Amino acid sequence: MTSSNLVYLIALPLFSSALLMLLGRKADKWGHIFATLISTSTFAIGAMEFLAMRDRPEESRAVTQKLFTWISVGSFNVDAGLLLDQLSIAFVLLITGVGTLIHVYSIAYMSHDRDRRRFFAYLNFFIASMLLLVLGDSYLNLYVGWEGVGLASYLLIGFWNQKPEYATAAKKAFVANRVGDFGLSIAIMIAFANFGVVSFHGIEEKVGGASETALTAMGLMLLLAATGKSAQFPLQAWLGDAMAGPTPVSALIHAATMVTAGVYLITRSNFVFDNAPNAQLAVVIIGTITLLFGAIIGTAKDDIKKALAASTMSQIGYMILATGFGPAGYAFAIMHLLTHGFFKAGMFLGAGSVMHGMNDEVNMRRYGGLAKFMPITAITFGLGYLAIIGVPPFAGFYSKDKIIETAFNAGGVQGVIFGSAALLGAVITAFYMTRVMLMTFAGNKRWADDAHPHESPFLMWAPMVVLAIGSVASGYLLYSGKAIVKWLAPVVDKHHHEHEEFLQPIVVTSLAIAAVVIGVGIALAKYRGELAASAPQDVSIFTRVARRDLLQDDANEFLFMRPGQKLTQVLVATDEKVIDGVVRGVGASAVGSARGMRKLQTGYVRNYALLILIGALVALVAVLVVSL
Amino acid sequence: MNPTNYLYLSAILFSIGAVGVVVRRNAIVVFMCIELMLNAANLAFVTFAKMNGNLEGQVIAFFTMVVAACEVVVGLAIIVTIFRSRRSASVDDASLLSR
Repeated sequence: MTSSNLVYLIALPLFSSALLMLLGRKADKWGHIFATLISTSTFAIGAMEFLAMRDRPEESRAVTQKLFTWISVGSFNVDAGLLLDQLSIAFVLLITGVGTLIHVYSIAYMSHDRDRRRFFAYLNFFIASMLLLVLGDSYLNLYVGWEGVGLASYLLIGFWNQKPEYATAAKKAFVANRVGDFGLSIAIMIAFANFGVVSFHGIEEKVGGASETALTAMGLMLLLAATGKSAQFPLQAWLGDAMAGPTPVSALIHAATMVTAGVYLITRSNFVFDNAPNAQLAVVIIGTITLLFGAIIGTAKDDIKKALAASTMSQIGYMILATGFGPAGYAFAIMHLLTHGFFKAGMFLGAGSVMHGMNDEVNMRRYGGLAKFMPITAITFGLGYLAIIGVPPFAGFYSKDKIIETAFNAGGVQGVIFGSAALLGAVITAFYMTRVMLMTFAGNKRWADDAHPHESPFLMWAPMVVLAIGSVASGYLLYSGKAIVKWLAPVVDKHHHEHEEFLQPIVVTSLAIAAVVIGVGIALAKYRGELAASAPQDVSIFTRVARRDLLQDDANEFLFMRPGQKLTQVLVATDEKVIDGVVRGVGASAVGSARGMRKLQTGYVRNYALLILIGALVALVAVLVVSL
Repeated sequence: MNPTNYLYLSAILFSIGAVGVVVRRNAIVVFMCIELMLNAANLAFVTFAKMNGNLEGQVIAFFTMVVAACEVVVGLAIIVTIFRSRRSASVDDASLLSR
């Protein structure tokens, strides 16, 4: 089926973003309202498309729209085309839905910022790019959106770039993302070299004829792209620093949507990964490492946003882990992605609300006992908390439980290892999230002297309430009757695999609930009651390493930054001494010889005449000598 | 009369002109010496034409006269301009190029 509405999803926010940026200060008065309306209208279009899609039979649910012929060179043809199928509609609703809520929240959150209009222009630009990312019908179209969200992320992390460390954080995110983008461009080249096409549909048709080596290479490059955008090991270091951006940005881009683009990419490329078991194994390993890595960092962070960022990294690790299990896992990865979009965005907005009431304090050691002063924030944050640690029947329980189950059922030793790791991750998640909860909303007051905590305005708590409802209900809604699995099956599980079961679901569920109880129990034992207002310094080496983000920055600096700087220094020295030396030498020798030649020029006409005469005589003599 | 004598005359005139250009300072005199050299060359051309019995040398002489006429116009104009600006017609005074 074709549709002509899809383009408006992208065109509206793109137009609004351009308008707000071009009009400049003239749009300051109404820019935020306009951007929010545009975002709402994209949600409306998405919802209408969803309802229309739901009413169509399964095989004709996907709609396409060809915009124009983009590249046509010999046998290589790429159309700028859009594809809205069961997978992309899930993302469209998440992006526009959560995006609109965060637009509303930002109206209040950014009300004191004189650049609020520019902020909304960037937000709309992000919405447009992210929608292009999930709607593109080929890797090349996806790539445009992929770069667009990277740019939006850079602009928004560095929104307060008057602070040098924030500008550095933006640059760090951009550079780490570039490494991943490089992987995506290589993957596109591999696809073109092997299949001659870059559209998802075209590659899927030809995938049977490709060698497994090529598919593995393509899969690994796609994985590299996913690690960059989704802050997975080994390109994870940027996400913590990305919290420099305004909190709504952290909620929208660095929790709910952009960082999940890697999960989308792998799920969308299911036809590649399903035929490349080695690449799948790599995906699973990366996911497992990251989910533990992020969870461990989360236990040591006192900065509420950085603790949530580490948690995001860990939760996306779960999603990546699930995508690595092929058709058995894609649907659960997307389900966790959607539920995570609700509860993590909700918790970030909650963190923003707490900061709003506490003079932008982010250190949880300076919070404490806030539940009484910010009841709505505490309740919505609490519901998100129950969802993320996986307490039934909240959203995260359904999705995370299913991922752990899929991991155990992957079979053999691998299944046990990855399943146990996911279970361990659940224990740590329960621990650090309980810690965040207790340090922020319970215990003794450890505020700064000038803190006067108060509940945030309606425009801020309303989106939090909506997201909290999502955190409660989305898991059940998505999973009742295996709705999401059936919905996504035409895209990610065409052959209707039957998956054998290693552990009964009830056993896994019991284990997962036990994990939650253990994690919460440890946290309650350690963080209940009175806490000091500053972090203890006499801690073990493990805590210190975890506080330093498991040495991720040190490793990057040692492995890449220092050698890179040395290489640059050598190159600069070579450039200055050797290359510039040659150029300057040529110039200097020309100047030197010219200075010598200049002495011949006396300026006296009679001298020149004499020289001409002598020259003529010499020529005459030479002619005579030769001819005689 | 032996045509070689004309050639001797031509050589003598040319030498006088050349020496004059090199040793004299007054621009007008230098200029006249240049004319002298040109006319020495003309004389040689005409003589050779006579000796070889063709007209090419004669024709070249006319060309030389035309060129000399043009050169006089330009040269005198330059000398007059220099004299006006410096109150001097010495070629050694016009040595700005060396600086």
